[in-house]
This record gives sequence, structure tokens and C-alpha cells, in this order.
Amino acid sequence: MILSPTSEAELIEAVRAARAPLAIEGGGSKGGLGRPLQAQDTLSLKNLGGVIFYEPAEMVFRARAGTPVAQLEQMLAEHGQMLPFEPMNHQSIYGAAGAPTIGAVAACNISGPRRISHGAARDSLIGVRFVNGFGEAINSGGRVMKNVTGLDLVKLQAGAFGTLGPLSEVTFKVLPRPSTQATLALHGLDDARAIGALCRAVGSPFEISGAAHLPAGILGDAPRTLLRIENVPESVVYRLGELQKIVGGGDTLDAAQSEALWRQVRDVAAFASPDARALWRISTAPSRAVDLVRRVQQGGAVAHFYDWSGGLVWLAVETGDDARAADIRAAVAACGGHATLVRAPVDLRARVDVFQPPSAPLMALTRAVKASFDPNAILNPGRMYAGV
Amino acid sequence: MTAIAFPKPDPAILARRDEIIAGLAALVPPECLVTSEDERRAFETDALTAYRRLPLAVVLPRTTEETSKVMAFLHGAGVKVVARGAGTSLAGGAIPQEDAVVVGLSKMSKILGVDFADRSMRVQAGVTNLAISNAVAADGFFYAPDPSSQLACTIGGNIGMNSGGAHCLKYGVTTNNILGARMVLADGAIVEMGGDWLDSGGLDFLGLVIGSEGQLGIVTEATVRLLRQAEGARPVLFGFPTSEAAGACVADIIGNGIIPVAIEFMDKLAIEICEAFAHAGYPLDAGALLIVEVEGSETEMDAQLQRIVEIAQRHGVSTVRESKSAMETAAIWKGRKSAFGATGRVADYICMDGTVPTSQLCHVLEKTDEIVKHYGLRVANVFHAGDGNMHPLVMYNVNDPAEQEKAEAAGMDILKLCVDVGGCLTGEHGVGIEKRDLMRHQFSEADLAQQMRVRAAFDEGWLLNPAKVFPLDGRTIAATSAR
Repeated sequence: MILSPTSEAELIEAVRAARAPLAIEGGGSKGGLGRPLQAQDTLSLKNLGGVIFYEPAEMVFRARAGTPVAQLEQMLAEHGQMLPFEPMNHQSIYGAAGAPTIGAVAACNISGPRRISHGAARDSLIGVRFVNGFGEAINSGGRVMKNVTGLDLVKLQAGAFGTLGPLSEVTFKVLPRPSTQATLALHGLDDARAIGALCRAVGSPFEISGAAHLPAGILGDAPRTLLRIENVPESVVYRLGELQKIVGGGDTLDAAQSEALWRQVRDVAAFASPDARALWRISTAPSRAVDLVRRVQQGGAVAHFYDWSGGLVWLAVETGDDARAADIRAAVAACGGHATLVRAPVDLRARVDVFQPPSAPLMALTRAVKASFDPNAILNPGRMYAGV
Repeated sequence: MTAIAFPKPDPAILARRDEIIAGLAALVPPECLVTSEDERRAFETDALTAYRRLPLAVVLPRTTEETSKVMAFLHGAGVKVVARGAGTSLAGGAIPQEDAVVVGLSKMSKILGVDFADRSMRVQAGVTNLAISNAVAADGFFYAPDPSSQLACTIGGNIGMNSGGAHCLKYGVTTNNILGARMVLADGAIVEMGGDWLDSGGLDFLGLVIGSEGQLGIVTEATVRLLRQAEGARPVLFGFPTSEAAGACVADIIGNGIIPVAIEFMDKLAIEICEAFAHAGYPLDAGALLIVEVEGSETEMDAQLQRIVEIAQRHGVSTVRESKSAMETAAIWKGRKSAFGATGRVADYICMDGTVPTSQLCHVLEKTDEIVKHYGLRVANVFHAGDGNMHPLVMYNVNDPAEQEKAEAAGMDILKLCVDVGGCLTGEHGVGIEKRDLMRHQFSEADLAQQMRVRAAFDEGWLLNPAKVFPLDGRTIAATSAR
């Protein structure tokens, strides 16, 4: 059965009445993210939508969890503002029809290319309201951007994938939308040289808001290394010029080209459905990213590209028995980082760890914290780790 | 001074003092253990000096492993632990109690590694905030959060309190600038959270620990995010006839899509106090002053400042002083950065730290004035206007107990007001003991119980920095609320 509460009161009622696990979902754009779970009923937050307030002069809005991201982005654009963290839209990699909701962006801590300069979703999320496993509505954080009152359950909820309770409301701080953008593209670099150039640029004073390397075959035949600047027009021109001195040339993509290309980078268009290969998202230190990829390549072919100056690696591999999990976990263990199996057939995601297994003491804390929110394991149990 | 309650010391622990000290002496060398009364005095309070409690003993471990052994021993012995960085907490976060051992970070002050390509730096938790930026300044980098106490305060303390500073508007607070940390849990287990990469997945324990005020463990090492310095930074100083005009100007700057790196606000009394101390050339005829700082190349700063000055003119600005040199920049900031010290020369004060929605700034300033006058006291306001984090300094005479009580009562009324207009009790100083008894004004019983159950998941015995943040019967509430 699908439960679709239209108010927080109904949401509380649904949680209180549940005697068996509930699978929590938003708009249904990224149901393939996480471990599959055995749930009798689905708790959909799709009908729990709507903006509660938006104060452009304070750069903050609060919305119910089921509000579509697209609706909010349009609302912000009308006031010259934006979500700082540029959330990825997963529809294309999953071939899903559902529209992403703001609650799921918060619960799954979804960010995009601008994460490198403006932080992740969790950095802009300043307040949450959620329902815990006791069926209580809980507030944490608020509507102001500086707030250290009590334990920061907002951070704990960002990236908990609903396992600590469905969000009913989220409050985000936002930023002015820069008046224009442009991208400097370097051509023909191998991975190591490209990441060297990206790191030099990102370590410059010119506030790079996107730093990606697309090897040959990713959104084009030849390798391209991309650096985005978003600012007022005079600054974009000045900074592109300074950047060219640092990285040794490159040509410029104008605002429209830049915007279109970064959307493809954001949404991992290179591996969009119907591509059904297994897809890994690996966060590592830029200086070790090339070595990490090389180690995985030793075990078999991969397709890959880098975002976040090399700090984010997207890897597409043949599904096989384990989606190369053993190779990838070993490479990550050697190089440092965190790997998530973002796309794989459902039976494989039940068999292979989707999220990197935490160390034993952190796993014990994960269980204890989960129990403090949801002692009867009603809320999305097993979405992140088996039995949690 | 008795307004804030401390729990009664556990006589069973006090009776075992010799045995506990002997146990610690077996784990650390003599120079890492402080037991004499004279030397323990140095640890009896922090920057909330009206409250003092002499700790049972003080341990200053040199490594994570030593910290782990100490924690395991104290856990086994059932002894409470109060973590301490440099002891600069304005909220009483590091004030010990008679039956607790202080674990201080002062002997863990090494920089362990710097990586400019990855823009990260690994440090021990006792390194001071300023030492981090100083270590990389020559290479053009810095660590962004810059609390006023940055010369003394440690990164471990900053993590404990999620410290902010003047430049949060653009760069965020501690939680936005820490990539990883090593922490010793209550029972001595060592955990590694995050790393030198951006997204670590799993539950965000690092985010939970930052700002947890020493209740979840003791952080011994951290990986901080480094940022490249801007090409240049330049402040402009504005004098306005009234606070209302200055407040409206702040809203208009942000409303126009401009995010300066800092917007600092001072009211008339704060201007007078700071000018008398720093001789920064602040306009004494102004009712309020703003310091707005922008960054970029010379041309970029010119362009941005021009837009900001135009906005200020629309709000009737009476003085405009753009910095033309590094010396002038230093002078403009000197007054602001010495505000707390300068106020301390004039009177004793308590510094409140509520945050309010920026649209409420003027209303709250007006009400704050009313509240303080009602108690027959004076207030100076110096704060980060861009993010609504207020710092009313309520002045009183520390030698007059009745006046101190009035000052505390006024402070509490101001914080309740901050919550009532949609803000919070503390923007960057933390709850500590100071605001502990106001937590029920901001949170419901269910909200608090959920937080306390999370705390108990880390520290079931409630041994870590007890009597801070949560109600004194928190342990019982956490246990019974879990049913």
C-alpha cells in the first residue's frame, strides 16, 4: 500500500500506525539509490508539498519535503537567487519519470559541481522538521544561518536517507545568482595533467565554481578540462584572463554553452540511461584520484570522469557479479575516500555494500543513533546498511 | 553568584581522588598531570569567569593514543571528563566540576601536514585557530572561521563549539570548513570521521560532533579546509544617523545580490567605547556604524564598493570612509576587533550571542534597549549584521551581586526575544552552562529528548562534559523517553 499524507498530522498518523517497515520516497526520481528494502508499505511524501515562506532579503526559504526542486528553482530564479549547491537531478541516470523533491535532496545530501566552492546540500540546510519512530514531530536548527543551539540533528539528517525519520519541512539558505558565467576549456590533457591544472586553478584567488575533467569519450571525442567562473561580466572576463595565465591558455565557452555543459556534468549525462552499466560515485582527495582510477583499471576497463577538481570520480563499470566492488573498495582503501554504488540492478544492490561500510566503532554508533530515533526499525530500515 | 546551578559533586568520586590520580599517573608522565591546588586554579573557569569550580585533576595528553588510555581509564573508574581547548568559552563550556577530570589539548599543538593541491591541512586539536592561518599565509592560503579569540582559541575548541567569526557570511562557520577529525570516544575507542576529501557518506557524525560541546568525545586531530586568499580585501566604514538606517542598508545590500565578505554593526555606545580605546577614527556623531568588507582585484573592489556606497547613500549615510591603505584597513578593523576588550575597560559585561532573522534586527535592537533600561543597566551592541548574529554587551558592576543578577536576567530576556522573533539562543558561542536553562524556550520536550537520546548513544553514562547544554536531569530524560 502507498501512504501519501497531505499534512504533517497525517504523516505522524502513518508513522504511529505502522507495525512493519515503511519505505520512504519523495518524487520517485532516485528510487535506485541505496539498498533495496523489504517494506510492506510505501510512505510517499509527494503530496506533502508547498513553500512555507521565502524571504529573498534574508536569503532563506522553508518548504515542505515533497515540494519539487524545479518549482523551488524557478521561485528562486524569479528573485535572482539560487540553491548554492546545484543539486544533481538523478532522472537521467535512472531513466526515472518522477521529479526530484527538496526533501529527498536534503535527506540524501545531493549536491553538484558547485559543491567545490559553495559546499554540499548539508552546508546550506539550516533547519529540518521530521517525524521520528515514536511518531513525534521534531525540530532542529531553524531559519538563521548561524545557530549552534543544541546538537546539530540537521547534519545528521542530511545524508541519513530517511533512516532517522521522514522529513516534513526543510529550511535552506540560498544565494544571489551570479549575473553571468563562462567556462575555460583546455583540450587534450591526460588525467594527471588535467587534475594538476584544475588544482592550480582552484587554488587561485579566482573563485572557480566548477572544475571537471572529461577524458576522451565522455561527452565528446577528445579530452576536455573545464573551469567555470560565475560572477559579474567584468569579473568573468578579468578572471578568465588571469586563469589562462595560470593554466596555459584554453578557450572560452560563453554563458549559454557553459550552462548547458555543466548541466550535463551535474546530471552525469555521460552515463545516462539506457546505459545500464554499474555506476560508482567516489569522493577522494584530488591528488590521489588518478592513482585511484588507475588501480581500478588494472582489474578491467572502466569509463570515468572527474568533477570537484578531481575530488569526485564517476566510474561506470560492467555489472558482472559484484560491479567491481572488490577492486573499487581496495582502491579506495589504498587511496583514501568514500565510494557509493549509485546504480546497479536491485539484486546486486542487495548483495553488495552500496555505502562504504563504516569502521566497527562507527557502525556501533550508527546502530545506537538509529535506535535513538527509531527503536522499532520502522523507518527505511536497511536503506543504508543491512539491519540498520 | 549562584544563578546557574551545578550538580552536587559525587562524594564517592571525591573520596577516591588519590586512587584516580594514581591511575592517571601510571598513564602519563608527571608533566602531563596537574594535581596541586595552585596549578588546578588555572583550569577552574573559562571566559565566563563569574563561575568557578576546581577540577579533581587535569590531564594534558600528548597524543591520541595517550588520550585514549586516559579516557578508557576514567570511563572504567566512572569519572566525569571535561574537555578543554584554550578555555576561551564565553558560555562556560569548559568550566569543570569538583568531581571531574579536565582533559586539556594544550600539549597537542603540532601541525601534521599541509597539502595545497588538495587545499587541506592536518593538525592536532590543540593548535590555535590563528596558527593554522599563519602557517599557510605566506603561500597565500587561510583557514576561514576567525572567532575574535583566534589568537588563543584552539581548533579543538572551535570544533566543540562550532565557532564562527566575522567572515561567516561568505565562508561559513567551523562545520563548513572541517573535512575530517579523529576522536576518542567516552570509552577510549578511537574513531576517524571524514578525511581529506569532501563527501564521506554514512551518517554525518562529523557534522554532529561539531558544535556538540565536548559531550560526544574528545577530538584530537582535524583536517581543515584551506582557502586561497582573495587578491585583495578592503573595508569601507559607514556612519548612519540611526540604527534603523544602518539596518535597512544591510537588508538592501543583501537584497541587491551583493554578498560582502563581512558586514559588522556597532551602535552608538559601542562606537564611543571602541573609539576611546582604539582611536580608529570612528565617527562619534553617528548613531550606528557599519564596516562592510569586499574582496577581489583592485578594479573589482572599486566596482563593488561603488555599488555599496550608492546603496548606503539611499539610506542617508552620514560618513563614508573607504580604506585607501593597509594601515587604514587595520585601523578600521582594530576598533571592531577590540570591542570586547575595550568594553571590559569601561565596565564588566556579559556578552549575549543570539541570532535573529536579519529583517528583525532593528526591532530586536530597540527591544534590547528597552529590556536593559528596564533593569537600570546599559548595553552596547557590536555584531555580525549580515547573518543576524547579535552580540549585546550588557554592562554591570561585577562587585555588586544584585547588579550581576540583573545583568543575567536582562541577558536571558534578550535571548528569549531572539527566539521569539524566529531566531535562536546562540549563533556561535554555544550553550555551555550559560544558556542551558533556556533550552526549553527554544525546543519542545520531544526535541530535547531526541537530542539527549543521541547524546546517550555516545555516552550512556553521561560522563562527558555533564551539566552543559541539557537540563541537569538529562540522563534520566534520555533513558525514560526511549521507553
